[in-house]
Amino acid sequence: MASVVLNEVRKTYAGGFEAVKGVSFTVSDGGLCVLVGPSGCGKSTLLRMVAGLETVSSGDIRIGERRVNDLEPMARDIAMVFQNYALYPHMSVFDNMAYGLRNRGTPKPEIEKRVKEAARILELDALLERKPRQLSGGQRQRVAMGRAIVRKPAAFLFDEPLSNLDAKLRVQMRIEIRKLQRELKTTSIYVTHDQLEAMTLADRLVVMNGGHMEQVGTALDVFQNPASVFVAGFIGSPPMNFLAGEVDTQGRLRLPDGAFLAFDPKRGEAQVGRKVLAGLRPENVALRNGVEDGAAPRFRLELVEELGMGRLVHGKVGERPFTVAQGASDPPPSGYSLSIGIEPALVHLFDAASGLSLTSAAPRR
Amino acid sequence: MSEAEAFAGKVDAVSRDSHFTDDGKLAQPRDLAVPAPAQSPVESRAIFSGKLLPYVLLVPQLAISLVFFYWPAAQALWQSFLVQDAFGLSTEFVWFENYAELFTRPDYYHAVGVTFLFSGVVAFLSLSLALLLATMADRQIKAARVYRTLLIWPYAVAPAVASVLFIFMFQPGLGLFARALQASGLDWNPILNGAQALILVIIAAVWKQISYNFLFFLAGLQAIPKSVIEAAAIDGAKPWRRFWTVVFPLLSPTTFFLIVVNITYAFFDTLGIIDTATGGGPNKATETLVYKVFQDGRLGADLGGSAAQSVILMAIVITLTAIQFRYVERRVHY
Repeated sequence: MASVVLNEVRKTYAGGFEAVKGVSFTVSDGGLCVLVGPSGCGKSTLLRMVAGLETVSSGDIRIGERRVNDLEPMARDIAMVFQNYALYPHMSVFDNMAYGLRNRGTPKPEIEKRVKEAARILELDALLERKPRQLSGGQRQRVAMGRAIVRKPAAFLFDEPLSNLDAKLRVQMRIEIRKLQRELKTTSIYVTHDQLEAMTLADRLVVMNGGHMEQVGTALDVFQNPASVFVAGFIGSPPMNFLAGEVDTQGRLRLPDGAFLAFDPKRGEAQVGRKVLAGLRPENVALRNGVEDGAAPRFRLELVEELGMGRLVHGKVGERPFTVAQGASDPPPSGYSLSIGIEPALVHLFDAASGLSLTSAAPRR
Repeated sequence: MSEAEAFAGKVDAVSRDSHFTDDGKLAQPRDLAVPAPAQSPVESRAIFSGKLLPYVLLVPQLAISLVFFYWPAAQALWQSFLVQDAFGLSTEFVWFENYAELFTRPDYYHAVGVTFLFSGVVAFLSLSLALLLATMADRQIKAARVYRTLLIWPYAVAPAVASVLFIFMFQPGLGLFARALQASGLDWNPILNGAQALILVIIAAVWKQISYNFLFFLAGLQAIPKSVIEAAAIDGAKPWRRFWTVVFPLLSPTTFFLIVVNITYAFFDTLGIIDTATGGGPNKATETLVYKVFQDGRLGADLGGSAAQSVILMAIVITLTAIQFRYVERRVHY
């Protein structure tokens, strides 16, 4: 049990490429922190630095009281679950789980006890004698988990552990990992590119982009108060819609096609004439039939996706693609003459040049 | 076909064919909104009529095996039952007399001993040295490419040339290594000393084979997923232990293949090296079975005896390979 602290951690490769550009965050004892971002954002590199599989160019990594920068992976008291599971193909399930304990000279009865216990928790009892190739994807995933938990490490590191599973199994394993982590109360860092996985698992969410940390917070906080256009577009599905415009003298947003969008003036700074991007979550937008007075933005319908529990209406506002998420009880759009409406308080504003939020209460970090 | 059937997975040949018009071209899907399930038909392989084609395709391989292996092997077997007089005028069928005579000759047993010693040492050394080199090349070191390329070169050297190289290097009085050995107080003279001659051909044979083994070991090492090694590192296995508990077992298919190849190499393909370096001497100290076949048959003109030897040699290698497949392969993982 320990907290994990990263302080201004950087990674520069020999060729000069900077994969991680100064990242600082803390994972509290027993907490689950998710690093999320598109591929190439440096999240896996960061995790591998915590594991000791990559060297740290500068900054500090602490696990518990120890600075671990220069320790070997085995000395860091961590366990890692890999994307491809990385099971030892020539060893049985039992040996796979026992390997780490044997290397550390754990007495035999203790190994037996711990492996059996882990197998019971993960429902692997019947499979202990099998080789990894005789297991299904989900079972392999469980063995990889088992290998991590038998060691009772200070921290678990997960490197996209579910991305090799099919969609249904992924949801199931996601729930199991969360339950298991709550039960064991082991500090965990979890890397994923799947924003839904990130939202559902995280005690604390770290959104990364291009080696930078874009935002840190609880899942709900990040969703409700995205600190930048990038976070707003990345977290949430379907992604947030963006409309470019200018703040006019009446404190409204004027869109290029002459329509207006009202926003809550109390939310952040918005000087007249400032070029901004308005962010509208698809589920917050209402579709109205008919074009009333030309003031509300017009919506050009292109496609309706029926989902059963609702529907996604795709189209365009001005030249920008725009999606509206409707509930099942909302009337489906009729005709092509539509406009959109939204509560002013639900409009997010971002600076058009920097991409930073003007409305979010949360600081960038 | 009804929708229910299609849903139940009854997509059969008929429904696939329905996307084709009579002249075999892909028909336009009737409704563009419905994606056609089999726009690129799965069954697009060419089908030749008749049962002759498989045999026609097999002929070249069969012909090669027949002409270069079965025929000479049968010839050898036949000749091993014959005795020819000194002038080649008459031939007599003598059943197993050639074999019986062979087993009364002490120099034959000597050759058997030399062969097993030579082959065992060559296979062991060339495999373990190649594995060592491949393991080092596999680590990310600077100029790894150059290192690898240089290691592969010896494979392109002909056995006789390789042998000549070693003769020069170990030539007493001339050779670089020979002088170094003599300077260190050793009475190095492979031309007179049988044990030293054997060591010389072993070194030449090992050197020649290392590149081949190295190539395969390196490929085998690189096929091991990096994450498995990393997992072992996190699991607390130090490099030495990691190698023996994870890397080596995962390399076992390669190792097994190479053991078979190397034994066969040491038994048969070292003829050129031995012939050039020592000619089987001094005093038959480096006379292996295959060299003896060559010596007795070509130089001694004892065709029957030589044929009997080669039949036995063939039997030994077949048996060794069979044993390897039967017992060693069981311990090969996945």
